[in-house]
Amino acid sequence: MSKAEKQTHLRFFGIGKIIPYIKPYGRVLVVMAFWGLVTSLIDVGITLFQRYAVNHFVELGTLDTLHWFIIAYIVAICVSSLSTYISCTRAMAVEVSINRDLRSAAFTHLQTLSFSYFNQNSVGYIHARVLSDTSRIGSLASWSFMDAVWHSSYLVFASVVMLAINAKLALMVLAILPMVVVLFSFFQKKLIKANREIREINSTITSNFNEGITGAKTVKTLAIEKGMQTRFEGDTTKMRTRSVLAARLRGLFACTMTFASSLALAVVLWRHELIAADEVGTFSMFMSYAQGLMEPIRWLIDSISDLISTQVNIERFTNLVSVKSDVIDSDEVIKKYGDNFDPLKENWEELRGDIEFRDVSFTYPDGDEEVLSHFSLNIPFGSNIAIVGETGAGKSTLVNLVCRFYEPTKGQVLIDGIDARERSQLWLHSHIGYVLQNPHLFSGTVRDNLLYGNPDATEEEIDEAIRLVSADEVISRLEHGLDTDVGEGGELLSTGEKQLISFARAILAKPRILILDEATASVDTITEQKIQSAINEVINGRTSIVIAHRLSTVRNADLILAVRDGKIVEKGTHKELIAAKGYYYDMYTRQYQDEETAKILNDY
Amino acid sequence: MSKTRNTEGSFRLIWTFLKGSKAFFVISILSAAFNALMDMLSPQIIRMTVDNVIEGQEPTYSAWIMRLVNALGGFEHIKNNIWIAAAALMLVALIKVIAQYLFRVYNTKGSETLVKTMRDTLFGHIERLPFSWHMKNKTGDIIQRCTSDIETMRNFISEQMTGIFRIVIMLVMSLVFMLAMNPLLTLVAMIPMPILILHSMAFHKTVYTEFEKCDENEGKLSAMVQENLTGVRVVRAFGREKTELDKFEKQNKYYTSLWVRVGKSLSRFWSISDLIANAQVMILVVVGAILCYKGRMLTGEYIAFISYNARLIWPVRQLGRMISELSKATVSVQRVKYIMDSKEECDDPDAYEADMHGDIKFENVCFNYDNCPELLHDVSFTVKKGTTLGILGGTGSGKSTLMFLLDKLYDLPEGGGSITIGGVDIRKISTEHLRSNIGIVLQEPFLFSRTISENIGITDEKLTLSDIREAAKDACLDDSVIAFAKGYDTMVGERGVTLSGGQKQRAAIARMITQKTPIMILDDSLSAVDTQTDARIRQALEKHFGGATVIIISHRITTLSHCDQIIVMEKGRVMETGTHEQLKDAGGVYSLIYQSQTGLGEEAV
Repeated sequence: MSKAEKQTHLRFFGIGKIIPYIKPYGRVLVVMAFWGLVTSLIDVGITLFQRYAVNHFVELGTLDTLHWFIIAYIVAICVSSLSTYISCTRAMAVEVSINRDLRSAAFTHLQTLSFSYFNQNSVGYIHARVLSDTSRIGSLASWSFMDAVWHSSYLVFASVVMLAINAKLALMVLAILPMVVVLFSFFQKKLIKANREIREINSTITSNFNEGITGAKTVKTLAIEKGMQTRFEGDTTKMRTRSVLAARLRGLFACTMTFASSLALAVVLWRHELIAADEVGTFSMFMSYAQGLMEPIRWLIDSISDLISTQVNIERFTNLVSVKSDVIDSDEVIKKYGDNFDPLKENWEELRGDIEFRDVSFTYPDGDEEVLSHFSLNIPFGSNIAIVGETGAGKSTLVNLVCRFYEPTKGQVLIDGIDARERSQLWLHSHIGYVLQNPHLFSGTVRDNLLYGNPDATEEEIDEAIRLVSADEVISRLEHGLDTDVGEGGELLSTGEKQLISFARAILAKPRILILDEATASVDTITEQKIQSAINEVINGRTSIVIAHRLSTVRNADLILAVRDGKIVEKGTHKELIAAKGYYYDMYTRQYQDEETAKILNDY
Repeated sequence: MSKTRNTEGSFRLIWTFLKGSKAFFVISILSAAFNALMDMLSPQIIRMTVDNVIEGQEPTYSAWIMRLVNALGGFEHIKNNIWIAAAALMLVALIKVIAQYLFRVYNTKGSETLVKTMRDTLFGHIERLPFSWHMKNKTGDIIQRCTSDIETMRNFISEQMTGIFRIVIMLVMSLVFMLAMNPLLTLVAMIPMPILILHSMAFHKTVYTEFEKCDENEGKLSAMVQENLTGVRVVRAFGREKTELDKFEKQNKYYTSLWVRVGKSLSRFWSISDLIANAQVMILVVVGAILCYKGRMLTGEYIAFISYNARLIWPVRQLGRMISELSKATVSVQRVKYIMDSKEECDDPDAYEADMHGDIKFENVCFNYDNCPELLHDVSFTVKKGTTLGILGGTGSGKSTLMFLLDKLYDLPEGGGSITIGGVDIRKISTEHLRSNIGIVLQEPFLFSRTISENIGITDEKLTLSDIREAAKDACLDDSVIAFAKGYDTMVGERGVTLSGGQKQRAAIARMITQKTPIMILDDSLSAVDTQTDARIRQALEKHFGGATVIIISHRITTLSHCDQIIVMEKGRVMETGTHEQLKDAGGVYSLIYQSQTGLGEEAV
């Protein structure tokens, strides 16, 4: 990751790329900037009030205008508070609104991306793009802009006032600024590097903790506690050294600022004779400005480092939203069938459920090996195909092609005799049921999850589906029945319960084609039987493709495809393949042994 | 648990963590105090310059200040050489900057040492906590405690505590200087201070709940994205993109609206406290001007007074926030304390490093875990030195528990029978010695995110690459490893390649081989390896470690049949004992399994 961060060099820190997201708030930003100007104008003005107080009341010794002075002062501070309120609420609103829009754009785009994207990028990575990167960008457009207005206008107003009142002294004070800028930039550069290192060590330490905890059992059995501790302390020592170094840099940074403002003060003191002796108020005003100028300068330097770090976020975000999906419906298809978000269901045909691979060759977009070469297979409606092979052997490839999660490199996948590309993805997906090996449920109630594939299902249909997969008993045991909350990702239910619910969900969707990715996880015997009968129930009367682990499913399949190292090595019915005594035979006998052994051990 | 005892314990915990960093914090606070003192001096220099040099007022300072001024040549001399005043200002600034620098550096040294101590202590402690503790506690929760709670505690000490100290020192010093110049005006300046502090405290208390609500909803939004991403297959396969988007948008909008509301409260707070602060300055400016007008104050004093006041306003507003946030740290301290209060594994006081080459003997071992049903009941068997024991058993039969007891991952309670090695009760053997002499390969082995060679050689830094390769060859792993682009330097895990289950098991076996232990245990650790490789590995083990005592847990008759002795476990009891020849026709579980595994060809079809 860090390497990629170093390489990013967008023009103008990549701001150009996010302008479309800022544009809708242009008007609000103008309002915000206007009131920001008012705030800093009054900030500069309040010093003038103090100058007047000294020059007029104290030095001239008269209180004649005191009431006007007080009134004007009160008006000024009230307006200042008002403008602070207006500009801050606007800045906050713009920040969160831009963040919202960015998140929304990223999320929407993700819904259209094809599977290769999700296979190449981890969930954690994409998640961070949607939530963390976006949140940095909004504050750039609002608060950084706001700060820029405040600080630069303060700098300008204060300089103008000083120059107008006493140009010579003003120039002497302002001469200090370029020096400060050079020094600041010097430290800043080093600081950026130090901070990056600290972030990296910090994440190492967190993963050390993670490993020390998840691997505690192994650490114990190997008796390497001491070695682990030494290594850990090595990292924490490095962390301390780096942090102290960064603190030294930050210290120098802050000291430069303090020293520079004292220097400015000393200059004013030294050349005070440039101001008339009876204008002590002017003298005091110069001192205030001389010190006040350093803060905006510091901010300017800081903001550059902010821009540099935010440009990484901008880059990541724009990369995400500009990724093109590998699977795109053509314009004609969208015109007729609608897109993912606005389907034109009235134009949709029924789907029968014949699948045909016609001379299909396929290479994964992130791989270079052809995993399917000139593969042809006809799967007529109602047949049941089983795909078997070791974990990671590439059993999902055919399923991915049928579902059009990927498209063939060469050849065609035909659904009901028509190339899948001639109809929309949503049309196809709406007719496919999918049961996953690790059933994925969404937060919400059991009912929400059942309705996921078919929001219009009636109460009777739900009951029927539940009965079909014998999930009725499970559900009646839940505290609130169908309205029980399943927790995040269904964590409040057991694996077996989740599986049964996901079967019912698939049935409710009334799919013509059913994809079943069987679970390898062991569940108790009773649940196992229930799941088995549920499988038989759901594949009945549909075209089904099963990524199979259960022997019974395999044995009864109309066709078995054995996959090894990504390629289909054997094809046939169970009887044929057993007789062939090849790869399938080996795998089957081994599994059979394991199952028999487990059965004997557990039932005895 | 009484509350006072609770806080007392918390303080004690913080105190122990502060070991090694206390001195740094003391230096940093002293530097802060010195910095504040110097900060007080520059307005004084300006005041004198204005009053006594520019305006030529008669000085009325105490003797030592006059001596100092006279040493510099007296006010008259300074008037003609005004650079002296400027130089004095720069000198004060220089000292101040040094103090400021020291404060920052020492405060960081203190806080980093503190964090290091906390992390090191926690890590070491966690590594030494018994295995049963690890089973009970969720990884995510523990990590949270080790990272964000530690961070909260650090902030509490190095930001809030030192911050409050600093502000109070500043406040007191300014008060002293202001009182010395003009008590009446000081009183006027101080009246709004409590209002500012209380306003800030009250606000931060209430806004805290709003922040919490935002956090909670951010969590929901985040979970929604997480679910959408992990469930991307389901979303696509059911064509529910639109529903997902609608759901997300709704929460996204709601979450945003919460922040807009917080933004309004924050802005209101800022503008109101700005108003109070500005009004305070205004009152000071007006009253000060009147005092000057009436001749009860000099111009220089007036200017100095306003600049002291300006130094106070901002810290005072922070003080309110800091005080209101103090209580947040106590929750974190409690959460860390939970870990620190858990008891580490400890050896019997007279435990020693016994010879590990003897017979292993389980005698009447009974074991249950935390009031759960009995896991082992009256288990007795002996493994003669240098022989191989095979264990066969179903899930929940207690076979792994046996091994965990032998390796002291679980402690065998008094009265639960005994386990001896060479006649010595393992309770009397030092844990570290015991474990480094027993090599175990677990069913689902854990590899560290380091390189493959580091993983294999993790128990001994002195191992050379050829030692490691040798071990890998015995474990039939070498071929797979050299096929990787980076060979033995390939990183394992998250940032490297994902090894298959079989490769992981073989890496763990290689790791065990490098340990060259007199006792080796393979806990179902060849399950993901095919039968031929399984046999090759066992042969290699036998060839190189003929003298070792080996325990193999397996379901494979081909594996078990080579063992000198086999036991069959069931529901925590030993059901059968004997050699393969004795058991295969004995009519028990073993013979049933033997039949099913050998004569299956026809049956399966």
